[in-house]
Order: sequence, then structure tokens, then C-alpha cells
Amino acid sequence: MTALAWLVPAALFLGGLGLAAFLWALRSGQFEDLDGAAYRALEDEPPDEQDSEPE
Amino acid sequence: MTEIPTAEFKNAVPLDDSPHGGQHVAPVEPSTMTLAVEDMHCGGCLRSVERAAMRVPGVETARASLAAKRLTVAYHPSETNEADVIAALDRVGFDAAPLEASKQDRGDQRQKYLLRRVAVAGFAAMNIMLISIAVWSGESGDMDPALAQMFRWLSALIALPTVLYAGDPFFSSALAALKGRRLNMDVPISLAIILATGMSVYQTMRESEQVYFDAAVMLLFFLLVGRYLDEALRVRARGEAQNLLSLQNGIATMLAADGTQSKVPASVLRPGDRILVAVGERVAADGVVAHGSGDIDQSLITGETMPVAASTGTEVYAGTLNLSRGLEIEVTAADDATLLAEISRLMMAAEQGKARYRILADRAARLYSPAVHALGLSTFIGWLAFGATWETALTYAIAVLIITCPCALALAVPVVQIAAASRLFKRGVMVKVPDGLERIAEIDTVVFDKTGTLTLGEPQLLDADNVSTETLASAATLASSSRHPFSRALVAAAQARLGSVEPARDVEETPGEGLLLKTPEGEEVRLGSAAWCNVDGADGRTAEVWYRSEQDDPVCFRFSDQLRSDAAETIAALKARGLDVALLSGDRDTVVASTAAEAGINVFAGELKPADKIAWLEERANEGRKVLMVGDGLNDAPALAAAHASMSPATAADISQRAADFVFQGKALSPVLEAVSTGSRARKMAFQNFGVALAYNSICVPLAMAGFVTPLIAAIVMSSSSILVTLNAARLAGGKRS
Repeated sequence: MTALAWLVPAALFLGGLGLAAFLWALRSGQFEDLDGAAYRALEDEPPDEQDSEPE
Repeated sequence: MTEIPTAEFKNAVPLDDSPHGGQHVAPVEPSTMTLAVEDMHCGGCLRSVERAAMRVPGVETARASLAAKRLTVAYHPSETNEADVIAALDRVGFDAAPLEASKQDRGDQRQKYLLRRVAVAGFAAMNIMLISIAVWSGESGDMDPALAQMFRWLSALIALPTVLYAGDPFFSSALAALKGRRLNMDVPISLAIILATGMSVYQTMRESEQVYFDAAVMLLFFLLVGRYLDEALRVRARGEAQNLLSLQNGIATMLAADGTQSKVPASVLRPGDRILVAVGERVAADGVVAHGSGDIDQSLITGETMPVAASTGTEVYAGTLNLSRGLEIEVTAADDATLLAEISRLMMAAEQGKARYRILADRAARLYSPAVHALGLSTFIGWLAFGATWETALTYAIAVLIITCPCALALAVPVVQIAAASRLFKRGVMVKVPDGLERIAEIDTVVFDKTGTLTLGEPQLLDADNVSTETLASAATLASSSRHPFSRALVAAAQARLGSVEPARDVEETPGEGLLLKTPEGEEVRLGSAAWCNVDGADGRTAEVWYRSEQDDPVCFRFSDQLRSDAAETIAALKARGLDVALLSGDRDTVVASTAAEAGINVFAGELKPADKIAWLEERANEGRKVLMVGDGLNDAPALAAAHASMSPATAADISQRAADFVFQGKALSPVLEAVSTGSRARKMAFQNFGVALAYNSICVPLAMAGFVTPLIAAIVMSSSSILVTLNAARLAGGKRS
């Protein structure tokens, strides 16, 4: 049972990591244009400064 | 390119107001503009739009959004402006127009605000559920009570901050309603969540098993999903409508007194200004032709397909299409004095006359929320009266509130609408107004406009098979240099038969008369009106074109505006659904009658002015009928606004697209049928979903009032009804993209 003492916090921490990643992605505008992102992945050009995170 | 990365600019502090360091490294924060861009459909478009904008000097970054059909540009106001970027996009073939930033941001922010809460509530709900399942399965006996208690405290630890953070949209809305002495759906929701959480904390302290953290947080999660979907559809529809609105404000090429040309928004044109209208462009303002001659397509205004010849002194109207040659036009009326503006006023009057539509979910909430309160309260009082302790009574009352809480009810309409909108989107129908889906489900009459709606709005060659292939080929060779609708119809017919058409060179076009080609052998070949070819044709405005070469007899080509290929079937299908179909047109009675007969419509009226169409619709409305108006012309716009629901093709006048609830693309008429059937299926599904929610309630509420509902049952009931409702709606979204 003592295993739970660290397993539960570990599970919560990992889940929280996922949540944080999602909130970060949302904040950095990765959900702004879901249609366009599909095409951008096929772009041959090397990514330049305009492909960095938008304002 | 030597752009500085965005990140540097974000952190850059404007140290000095006067940029004395030269223009390449200006330490000034760039401004941003947002442009609506039309016809951006694929990754290639996306890239060329961004490239074109980036090439404009002074533009820092450009990022296009395919979903929103918008381009966001960071630029230095000292070096460039919106007009430069619009002109650059115009050169690569995209129409763009500036968008007011403030309106659009608010919707986006609300959407993100909800999405953040959906994420947090989803995370919390999953983790609490994980813990709860352990507790429930251990309840039969082999779990250490101290461990179960620790798990309950752990749930409380996750639930409390989540409820505070993610419950905010409901709490603030409920608070606002209570302040205004009203009740809305959010009041019972907030009450259930707060009571359930508060009571669970209390019960945890008393080491009781009646703990509802899982139910409270899951309730919050499902409700937030519903809110988010609803908001997402609203934001998308509003964004599309706003794009349309910005684009139609239009850009005109203004000719200054010294001969310089500049692109300006049509709204700044004043009487006396000179504008240039290139071939294929729409006239931006009412005016008279100051220079040049050509053919003008007025079909959007008059419903007449035959182009009208225009020469110096001819009056032209905003929204008409220039066909054959560049025209210089002196503006006589602009902005609020144009024919367009007059139509807008008619439209506004029509809209005011229309009762505000009350959406289904609101109507449901109005009935539902008092019932929930009454049930919760009577449970509490009933148990107290039977001598239970207040804790027991309150626990049972909370169970009632949680069970009745309109989880499925709150999801019922948004999931269906999202599914219906994406189904229609795949089939080329854009939903501009979300509650249009509800209104289109109620209609019992469909009214079509003729030109451009029931018909394609462009002439087609008749009896093409009676013309020899050689004649068709050589006539098409001539015609391919002209943009006149008859020429294009001829070329299209020739292409259909021969595959390709070789364009002739050195063809002279005399607007309003015809085309002339002098062959190297000195032969004259003519294509045009009867007079132009020197033959005795039916005089006047008959839709015919003659072709004459010197050695052969003249040949006559006849044209008429054809029905959309599936018009008759679509109308038959609409009738089969039990709908009345009518045809209203501004065109001549005889033409309207023959079109109606061909399409299979029994009720029709011709020679109607915009006000007559509204009168016709009002008459039907007074009889209690609900009309779907389908139209494209400027003259239809007021009727579109007045009708119960409205659709217009994407080729319609801008103002009509603005007035319509739906805009459809393509040459077929079937999207009208699709929209009607999807609308009524969506309505049926919304009711099915209400039914599911009510069925759950009718079983579970008595159980909850009797005190049989445990936290486990509450959680199962809530999630299964919500999932069922969502799956039901998902049936609508399926199907291929057409």
C-alpha cells in the first residue's frame, strides 16, 4: 500500500504534464488554424521565421 | 529576405520615438492588420498569399489562416499600409479586404477561455474518476477504510480548485441572471455544482460514503464541452459573415486628376470621382460612363441575363459586372445614395418586421429550470417532513439536482448543430447563422428566384447538335477572345464537343455589336448581332448570335439561360417532402412561365420589384406559413432578409450573401435540398436528444427522490446519457466531401 503514496502523486504529475502541454499549445496559437497546419507540414521549404509562433 | 525574427520584436522595447538608426532595423514595435482573403482553399493558396504579403517592403511577418480565411500581417506603418498589401494580393489573384480587429478578437477569446476550462475539467474528471472507481470497487469490503478516506481527500484536493476555475462561466452567468431577477439554465447548474462539492467536502470530513466529487466535476466537463461547441460554431459563422462583409466593401481603382491610379475602398468614393472598371470587375459605385464603351451584365440587379451595351453617358449601377472592355466611370452616387444602399434600407425594414427567433435550447431551458428547482426543493422538504436529518435530506436533494442537471440537455443542441454544420460544409453549404439550422427545419414553402438561382445565370448554346462541327469550331475560335456571355457559352459548347479551342489573334470587338476577324487571305469573318452580320434576323433583344464567313451561308446560334442541371429533380424532391414551391422573378411574365413549367413549379409570378417580393412573402407569413427564400440578385436581398430562412448561391450579389442564412457553392441546386433535409434531420435529432435526456430523468429522478441514487449511479447515468446524445449527433456528420 505504501507504493500508492508515490504512485498516485506520480500519476497526477504525469497527467498534469499533459494538461500543461495542452494549455501551452493553446496559448502559443497551435489551434488557430487546424486546416492550414495540415498543409504546412507538407511544405518543402525550410521553416523560416514566419513559421515560428505567431503573435 | 532579411527579416528579423518575431521573437526579437516581442522583447524589443521601443527605446526612442524617433527612429534615427535607418530603416532596416527600426526599433519600433510593428503594427498588425488582419485581412479577410477570399478563395483561399489549399496549402498552395496559403503559401502564395503569405509570400505575396511578405514581399511587400515594410512587412515583418505574414501568417494566413486557412480555417478563418484570414491573413494576419505585422508591418511597419511608416513603410507600408493596408492598401499596399491588398494590391500585392490582388496581383497574385486573391481578393482581400481589411477587417476590424476588435470584434473578431472577442469571440476568439471567449472560445479559448472555454477551451482552457474544458481541458482542466477534463483532466480533473479523469483523475477523480480513476480514484472513484478504486473506491467503488473496494467498497465491497477488501479496501482499507483509511485508504478510501485518503482517496476521498485526494478527490477533494483535485475537485475544489477545478470547480473554482472551470465553473466560472456558469457561476458568473447565473449571478448575472439572479441580479437581473431572472432564472436561466446556469442557476440550477451552479447550484448543483456548488451544493454537490460543498456537501461532499462536509461528508468527507464526516467520513461518509456519500461523496459526489466525481459527479460534480464530470457534470462540469460535459457542460463545458457543450458550451465550447456552441461557441465554436458561433465564432465560425460570425467569422465567415464578417469576411463576406469586409470583402464586399470592395476595392475600387480610383483615377486621380493627374492620371495616377490608386486602389481605394469603395466606401470612400464621392460623387465626381473617376474610377476604372477593368474587364471582369464589378462596378464599385453608381455612376455614368465617362469614357469607353462595353457590355454590362446587370443580371444581379434586374434578373435579366442579356448584357446591356454601355457607352459614354450610360448609367451604370454598383454591383454590375463589366464584360467586354475597360470603362472609366464618373461616380454619381456613393455609399448611402446608391441603389445598393436603397436595397439595404428595404432589407433593414424587412428584418425589423421579423420577430426575433427564440432558439430551441432557450425554450427548453425556460421550461426546464423551474422544474429542476421545484423537484430538488420538494425532495429536501419531503425528506425533512418524513423525519430525516437535514444532511440526508440535502444529500438526496443534491442527487436529484445532479441527475436532473441538464447535461444531455446542454449538449443536445450544440452537438447536433456542429454535426449538421460540418455535414453541410462538406457538401458546399456554408452555415452563416447557427439558428438558421433550426429555422430551415420549420419551413413549409420554398421560394426560388429565377435568374442565377434556378438557372445558372449565364446563357447556354441551344441546339448545339444542329450546328456542324467545323462551323462551331471556327465560330468558337473567334469567340474565345471575348468575355461576352454568349461568346463564353459558344466556347464552352465547342470545348464540350471538340475538347479544345484555338483562340484566333487580331479579333476586333465592337461592344454591343460583335466580333470581326480579317484572315491573312483578306477574308472577313463576323460573329455578332444580325445587323453586324448583315442578315435579317429577328430584331431586338432576342438571344441569338450570327456567324458569317464570306463563302458560306450565315449560321444562327441561339442561346438561353438554362436551368441548373438538377433543378427539376431537386424541386420534385422538395415537393415530395411536402413543401410548396414557388418561383418569384423580376423577369418578364412569359419567360418566368416557361421556366416554371420546365422546372415543374406551379406557383409563379413575374415582373416583381423587390418590394413586391416582400409583399408576397408577408402575405404568406400572415397565413402562418414559413418560407425559405432562395435567391441571388440584389433585388432578392430584402426578400432574403424577410423570409423565415434564406439561402443564396456563392455567385450571388454580396449583399444577398450577407442577408442569407446559408450560402451554397457549385452549379447544382441540390444543396438547397441538402440544407432543408439536414435542417429537419438536425431538428429531429435535437428532439431525440431531448427525449434521451428526459427518459433518463424520468427513470432516475424518482430513484433519486427516493434516495436510491448513489454517487456511482449518478456518475454512470450522467456520462452515459451525454455519450449517447453525442453519438446520436455524430450520425449526422458522416458522409463524403462533395
